[in-house]
Amino acid sequence: MKRRKGSSDSLLTKAGGELDDRFKLAGPARVLFNKVFPDHWSFLLGEIALFSFILLLLSGTFLALFFDPSMVEVTYDGAYVPLQGVDMSRAYESTLHLSFEVRGGLFMRQMHHWAALLFMASILVHMLRIFFTGAFRAPRETNWMIGIVMFWLGFFEGFFGYSLPDDGLSGTGLRIMEGMTASIPFIGPWASAALFGGQFPGTTVIPMLYIIHVFIFPLLLLALITVHVALVFIQKHTQWPGPGRTEHNVVGFRMFPNYVMKQVGFMLFIFGVLAAMAGLFQINPIWLFGPYEVSVVSSASQPDFYVMYLDGLIRLFPSWELRIPPYFTLPPVFWPGIVGMGLSVMLPLLYPALERRFTKDRGHHNLLQRPRDNPGRTSLGMMVVVFWIIGVISGGNDVFAEKFHISLNAMTWAGRIGLVVLPIITYYVTYRICLGLQQHDREVLAHGLETGILMRDPNGRFYEVHQPLAEPDEHGHTELEYNGWVVPKKMNRVGALPPQDKGFFKSIEEPSENGASSHEEIESGKH
Amino acid sequence: MAASAKRRRGWRKRLGALARFTGALVIVGGIYSVFSPSLYAQEAEDNAIDSEVVKGQELYDTSCISCHGDDGEGIEGRGPSLIGVGSAAVEFQVNTGRMPMAAQGAQAPASDYPVFTEEEAEWLGAYIEYLGGGSAVPDDLAALVENSDVAEGGELYRVNCSSCHGYAGGGGALSSGAHAPALTGVSDEEIYQAMLTGPQNMPVFADNELTPEQKADIIAYVQYVVNGDKDPGGVFSLGRYGPSTEGLAIFLVGMTALLLTTLWIAGKS
Repeated sequence: MKRRKGSSDSLLTKAGGELDDRFKLAGPARVLFNKVFPDHWSFLLGEIALFSFILLLLSGTFLALFFDPSMVEVTYDGAYVPLQGVDMSRAYESTLHLSFEVRGGLFMRQMHHWAALLFMASILVHMLRIFFTGAFRAPRETNWMIGIVMFWLGFFEGFFGYSLPDDGLSGTGLRIMEGMTASIPFIGPWASAALFGGQFPGTTVIPMLYIIHVFIFPLLLLALITVHVALVFIQKHTQWPGPGRTEHNVVGFRMFPNYVMKQVGFMLFIFGVLAAMAGLFQINPIWLFGPYEVSVVSSASQPDFYVMYLDGLIRLFPSWELRIPPYFTLPPVFWPGIVGMGLSVMLPLLYPALERRFTKDRGHHNLLQRPRDNPGRTSLGMMVVVFWIIGVISGGNDVFAEKFHISLNAMTWAGRIGLVVLPIITYYVTYRICLGLQQHDREVLAHGLETGILMRDPNGRFYEVHQPLAEPDEHGHTELEYNGWVVPKKMNRVGALPPQDKGFFKSIEEPSENGASSHEEIESGKH
Repeated sequence: MAASAKRRRGWRKRLGALARFTGALVIVGGIYSVFSPSLYAQEAEDNAIDSEVVKGQELYDTSCISCHGDDGEGIEGRGPSLIGVGSAAVEFQVNTGRMPMAAQGAQAPASDYPVFTEEEAEWLGAYIEYLGGGSAVPDDLAALVENSDVAEGGELYRVNCSSCHGYAGGGGALSSGAHAPALTGVSDEEIYQAMLTGPQNMPVFADNELTPEQKADIIAYVQYVVNGDKDPGGVFSLGRYGPSTEGLAIFLVGMTALLLTTLWIAGKS
């Protein structure tokens, strides 16, 4: 396409020049616009968290206009018939008002909640990608730790948000938190009394959680997100190993104009998915739960999914109570609740340091590892994933038991045994799978690709024709070294050229007119 | 001659006595029949009840006796005694298809295809009622529900029912394979019978714990919230299970859609 010469172009240039004269923007803008993004789907997972956080800020601001975190007791006389005349807190009443009488209120509330779930889900998935590819290794340990801290901030931010409406379910959640706090040896009861202003539930905790939820934690998250992204700019992206990709460059697309367009499109897509979910899927129907009363605990009371594994651990832990008469009692909830949570914070935080210590690998790494190439780490990660999934399922074990007609006792015991046995089995199986994949890579490099063509020689022997990846020696072997790249496993994957773009509507995308589809390599200097 | 005349007078005397006796009988019987016609009618009705009990007993002896024993006395290790449970319990268990039970288990599951018709269930109920009395659903239940207070019912429901049946009546698990069933699609009578008689693992909510009016309030609330299809939040209620199904939805719908989007975006370069 020819560039249109016109006043708008020169006007823009002029405006840019004027701005640069005053604010010295050209230098930083050039760095920003030239930032190179590797082109792989797995690098877009963190963005899901980022954009759902933006939607959380927007929808949360809307909700804050109508929500009143007050524990004053009022009598409901709003639109929802089955609660008319019921005594409740102002917090619950204003949430009902927000849901039923404010235009678009229920939609915004549901969107806020779905965005919160997506925020936490995408952090988890993003974290798995970083972990399994070894992207957390030096020099990026700090950013990994910041990520872990953000996960826990999001964890409590979400839990506090779930507690704010003061409905039956959220009060049950707070009650469990109170029990966990009180189980800490020596300081527990005092800490719980300080948190709730005396006896549970009291009237101080909701207003306090509100300020933390709408001001302190979002601010902390915003600050950490800024540092997190800034560090990605300063330390540059990692990338998958491949032709032309080294420890000292980043291959991909520039931020401007290519990636900005993609990111804006992605952001709108995420907003669209969340809006669709908010409109189609009912979430947290607080009007069914009723106002919180200490005596009311429903069956199927679960926390949101990211808290559920802790709930599961609490459900599975045996009732081992430690008593040292006459004064000291350590309730069983202390172990899964406080110790379990403490370990879930500390182990991921320390993992990069632990790995450095045990592997004695102190080098800087800008190229990622394929999960199969580090079977120990991959297997450890899978252990944690399996442990977590069993915890989550056990957190909802009463729903599972009811829906699938399993005895609740059987669910509990399956969870207890599974929590101990399955991670070990997972470690072994994952390790073997990694080794098998490694071996297959080496086999293809040595013998060539399986073509699927069967031949029969004059002796009657059948054999498969292999396509060597390089000039073979007299035995038909190729001496290719494995260097962490993806090894082609199919005939149509062979070739020096990068694979052609796959289209969404056609199997192969036709190249666009302006020829933007060529990969550009940016030498971004030493890392 | 004198002797024959004497004999003739004796005849007349006897005939007269017979006539007087017959007349008196007719009068007494007439008066009796005028003043007590109800006795005969009563007797006829007793026969009708007896026939329901008899029919109920016939059904009982073919379908229930193997577990509940002769005359509803119960069999140790198989089935409890039915003496005193009343017709409400029988009609609940039979009409929801829970009884007769197909096999011994943690709990009798409800079935959409009850073995007996409602009429047969009434006969069985009459038989069990005949054995030892028991509680029954009040005749004016419809009127009670009509004049009930939904909000009051909601509070009672949350305190008394939600710990097993869940906030939204979706049901819940109990220990050792037993469960509190979902309340979807149940009739007013079933809810009342269940509260009154405490079937399976459910506790009994006798009239001194929840008055018939309070029971009617709870029925009104359950019918409003569970069976009124009130899900303003969207097309999919996710079973109203709360966070457990919501967590599944965010991964299966939201996360999956966005992962496909990342593949699309990164693939189009």
